[in-house]
Amino acid sequence: MSKQMTGAEMVIQAFADQGVEHIFGYPGGAVLPIYDALFHQNHIEHILVRHEQAAVHSAEGYARSSGKVGVVLVTSGPGATNAVTGLTDALMDSIPIVCITGQVATHLIGNDAFQECDTVGITRPCTKHNYLVRDVNDLARVLHEAFYVAQNGRPGPVVVDIPKDVQFATGTYVGRENIQHKTYRPKLDAEAPQIAAAVEMLAGAKRPIFYTGGGVINSGPEASRILRELARLTGVPVTSTLMGLGAFPAANRQWLGMLGMHGTYEANMAMHGCDVMVCIGARFDDRITGRLDAFAPGSKKIHIDIDPSSINKNVKVDLPIIGDCTRVLADMLAAWKARDLSIDKAALDAWWTQIDRWRGRNCLAYRQSDEIIKPQYAIERLYNLTKDKDVYISTEVGQHQMWAAQFFRFEEPNRWMTSGGLGTMGYGLPAAIGAQKAHPDALCIDIAGEASILMNMQEMSTAVQFDLPVKIFILNNKYMGMVRQWQELLHGARYSHSYSEALPDFVKLADAYGGVGIRCDKPSDLDAAIEEMIAIKRPVIFDCIVDQQENCFPMIPSGRAHNEMILGDMAVDLDEAITDEGKMLV
Amino acid sequence: MPNSSEPIERHTLSVLVDNEPGVLARVIGLFSGRGYNIDSLTVSEVSHEGHLSRITIVTTGTPMVIEQIKNQLDRLVPVHRVRDLTVEASALERELAMVKVRGVGEARGEALRLAEAFRARVIDATRESFVFEITGKSDKIDQFAWLMEPLGLVEVARTGVVAISRGPEAM
Ligand SMILES: Cc1ncc(C[n+]2csc(CCOP(=O)(O)OP(=O)(O)O)c2C)c(N)n1
Ligand SMILES: [Mg+2]
Repeated sequence: MSKQMTGAEMVIQAFADQGVEHIFGYPGGAVLPIYDALFHQNHIEHILVRHEQAAVHSAEGYARSSGKVGVVLVTSGPGATNAVTGLTDALMDSIPIVCITGQVATHLIGNDAFQECDTVGITRPCTKHNYLVRDVNDLARVLHEAFYVAQNGRPGPVVVDIPKDVQFATGTYVGRENIQHKTYRPKLDAEAPQIAAAVEMLAGAKRPIFYTGGGVINSGPEASRILRELARLTGVPVTSTLMGLGAFPAANRQWLGMLGMHGTYEANMAMHGCDVMVCIGARFDDRITGRLDAFAPGSKKIHIDIDPSSINKNVKVDLPIIGDCTRVLADMLAAWKARDLSIDKAALDAWWTQIDRWRGRNCLAYRQSDEIIKPQYAIERLYNLTKDKDVYISTEVGQHQMWAAQFFRFEEPNRWMTSGGLGTMGYGLPAAIGAQKAHPDALCIDIAGEASILMNMQEMSTAVQFDLPVKIFILNNKYMGMVRQWQELLHGARYSHSYSEALPDFVKLADAYGGVGIRCDKPSDLDAAIEEMIAIKRPVIFDCIVDQQENCFPMIPSGRAHNEMILGDMAVDLDEAITDEGKMLV
Repeated sequence: MPNSSEPIERHTLSVLVDNEPGVLARVIGLFSGRGYNIDSLTVSEVSHEGHLSRITIVTTGTPMVIEQIKNQLDRLVPVHRVRDLTVEASALERELAMVKVRGVGEARGEALRLAEAFRARVIDATRESFVFEITGKSDKIDQFAWLMEPLGLVEVARTGVVAISRGPEAM
């Protein structure tokens, strides 16, 4: 299809051709022609956020819960700079986003014009790719290319910066047919000998482990399905990063829980003690490995990743396999079956006996109380009262995020949205809004901290305007709990600026926004209050008053190895546990 | 963190990229953002119709870092191909320099004699100065400049390294 239209119309047409149904945005002078084009149509719904950072996080929540590309539209200058945190977040977590930014007219670029900023310059390091379109006849191709680049290979955010005169100009629109990128062709399939080597290595293992990550989720639900089958067939224990939760069902006996800094004892000990590690769509991030020179010593490592630059970046692996998780796992499964392989039964049984001993440590145990709500208990109850529902969970960043990861149990992929790589406070509410837009009838809950939620609190207004009945479940410990925990452990309990002073009354705040507020501070009232929250078909802020002193365990102190993790009941002289070198790390 | 006990190596990389605005900024931003070294960098269009530019980068790092650099470069959307010419052995490397020397009498004669020995050409002369043009490997140019120092070296302009593999194949 090729047709004459204005640049602004091309943006809308390209969205339509790409199957876009919802976009998250905020208007301004440099995108008015596009907003005008939006006004003249009704197949694309625009969700008006209250801050451009939230537009990107909403698009991330939408993308992560639906597998589609998230689309953002913001104005030049402050609109673009406000979006930068969201773009960086999407880059770190490999989330497909197309972000359209308005730009001043081409003849004004470089003149410090009103609301001008060097958007492509600023966003170059925080996008997968970006474009400044100076000619309307390039626009359609660039837009289609942006969608291609955002979702192919390792996904990521793409910015298309469009000067206002280009939006007004008329040019030729080309359809999405056959538009890829000239040269960008990620490698999706592994070679047969590598697959053969991988299954042979796995079959020869005595203490194998699958270490899975966000790549399995990004690859699509089929990857999770094949992972499950491969795990069942091989009998290998499975752990996952924060990003990968849900790819493997938490109810499965082979599930060890999350690994890493706040992962389970059994997952980390099994990582430390394994002899063959299959890393699937994860990247040996520092939250996962702990002290690098003591990471899984004596293990052979297979690393499956679509991004060659993830290979041998932090950890040297024995068998790198570049490819898409779905295809590589499918090939491995087929090769395993074709060769009728199996892992030595006696060895595997011994390995599971060892793992069960570690499990017996019951590392997530906490001291229950009748007087005060323990944050872990709150998540456990939230999980138990919602597990039979169609539920999507997002989080903010802090202790509550880690407790959510530890105590909420995910059976399916795409149900869990959290800012992993960047650790962005303020992520959870807009992400829940995005997920709710993609799944209007689902129960979308942002598990929040009282400090984080204030970073994008204004999005309550968006939720109310668009009838998005998200639930904000605040674990209110009146502290930036994760900061307080580190200060306790590393800085002599000097709680410098980590107390949440002058908090708003969240119940009244909910009311002020036109939502519903609920407060609960007694363990005995908790179930009823959660039930009440679930029953309300409007946005709710649930102010759950929890123990202020609780720390998040287990914990691998910075600079320590997996087998040096600290459990809740031995958290005594933590200051001692962390070396000076460890204190340098975050 | 890459093992710090690994030896530091010096590699010459050839990178074929789309000649589009911002592509050099992407490459340089990658190096500065990730803390990689750039010892030398040259860039120029090599195919007008194909809109292709060739960037030659000389960098140093441990083998693990060098591998990272190549993979990170390859990941940039407008990058077509990355070739490590150091790995391929015996690749050709050349640099061009212009060297300005000021002097009279004895020193002037000596400068001319050395230039001849290095096959440097005189491309500008006044009564009290020469500009020499010299091509060769970087260390040859280093040495020429070093020899000129006592003879009245004023300034040096260098292109940085360009490199190409031997034999009939393209990169
Ligand atoms: C934008 C941003 N600023 C600062 C931080 C550093 N930080 C990490 S956790 C945290 C405290 C979060 O407090 P709260 O939301 O109350 O969660 P809690 O740890 O108490 O559960 C801070 C300040 C961050 N992650 N993101
Ligand atoms: Mg808190």
